[in-house]
Amino acid sequence: MLGALIIVFREVIEAGLIVGIVMAATRGVAGRGRWVSIGIAGGVAGAGVVAVFAGGISQAFEGAGQELFNASILAVAVVMLMWHNAWMARHGREIAKEMRNVGTAVSQGARPLTALAIVVGLAVLREGSEVVLFLYGILASGTSGGALLTGGLLGIAAGAAFTALTYFGLLAIPSRYIFSVTSWLIALLAAGMASQSVQFLNNAGLLVALDSTVWDTSWLLSEGSLFGKMLHALIGYTERPSEMQLMVYIATLLAMFLLMRFARPSPRQHVAAAE
Amino acid sequence: MRSLFALVGLAVLFAAAPDTVRAQDYTVTIKDHRFTPTEIKVPANKRFEITVINDDATPEEFESKPMKVEKVIPGKSKAVVRIAPLKPGRYPFVGEFHESTAKGVVIAE
Repeated sequence: MLGALIIVFREVIEAGLIVGIVMAATRGVAGRGRWVSIGIAGGVAGAGVVAVFAGGISQAFEGAGQELFNASILAVAVVMLMWHNAWMARHGREIAKEMRNVGTAVSQGARPLTALAIVVGLAVLREGSEVVLFLYGILASGTSGGALLTGGLLGIAAGAAFTALTYFGLLAIPSRYIFSVTSWLIALLAAGMASQSVQFLNNAGLLVALDSTVWDTSWLLSEGSLFGKMLHALIGYTERPSEMQLMVYIATLLAMFLLMRFARPSPRQHVAAAE
Repeated sequence: MRSLFALVGLAVLFAAAPDTVRAQDYTVTIKDHRFTPTEIKVPANKRFEITVINDDATPEEFESKPMKVEKVIPGKSKAVVRIAPLKPGRYPFVGEFHESTAKGVVIAE
């Protein structure tokens, strides 16, 4: 039972971290609970569908279907995170200010929430489909399934608790800084996803250039350990990054930085808004 | 800026695509949550593929952090895992859903 709990928990924490960060990043935005719920529900439903068609996906594109599927999901999530950060760079200050003044939720356009709902949905879908397959395997093998299934469900509960911990941890940050902190967290999250995405393209046999390992820190922190896995989800920690992964990681961070810079309102507009 | 990255990315993608197909192929079978063979010898510094046949009714996830692969293989099916050139050394892999029994190692030399 403990084994099943740990396996499921390990699969769930990555999506859990993302949901926790998204919740913190949308603090004070009206209707976010609904959007995040839609994202999670859509992700769970999608995970079921993906699990059912796992065989078909796997065989598609000369056996590279699963890799291409994962690479695409991650790429879409990266674009959505960039979109959100650009929007936040433009409007975050107003939201933070109103939050301080009024102390209640502020109504803002629904746009960035669509982006983040999609990110949540994709994260849940990707990790969730593995959980569904694993739990299905337990059910299918019959006999001693009961205890294992309980373990699996407890694993999901532990993952949800972990999400709450991430969220409340981030909420402890004063509201003045919370959007800068979550923006940087989201930038690192996106860079990690982009580098993961190119590795899937490599595994698909598509993007095979620059695939030498740059360094190996597996002796220091194994990517398979719980902490390694968390860092992997959070900042894209990879024990043996390839040259391509490193380049894409840095390029994504740079692109994100420039995007946030250009999206920021000019100082003059800012003064006008303050008056 | 981003479209520039995208362009460079695409160029690399297409330049690199043709020589991906000719990789040597190895086979591993999963039965009762164990791999056979448990040891695969491959030449170092060359791309290769492992065809993983899952003879069990339950799904398995073929995973190796050292080889940078993770792939779900549904029950009673098979899948190809493509691996980038490895430096000489030992590279363990596991079936993540049954890690206590499903263990193996690739030896690059």
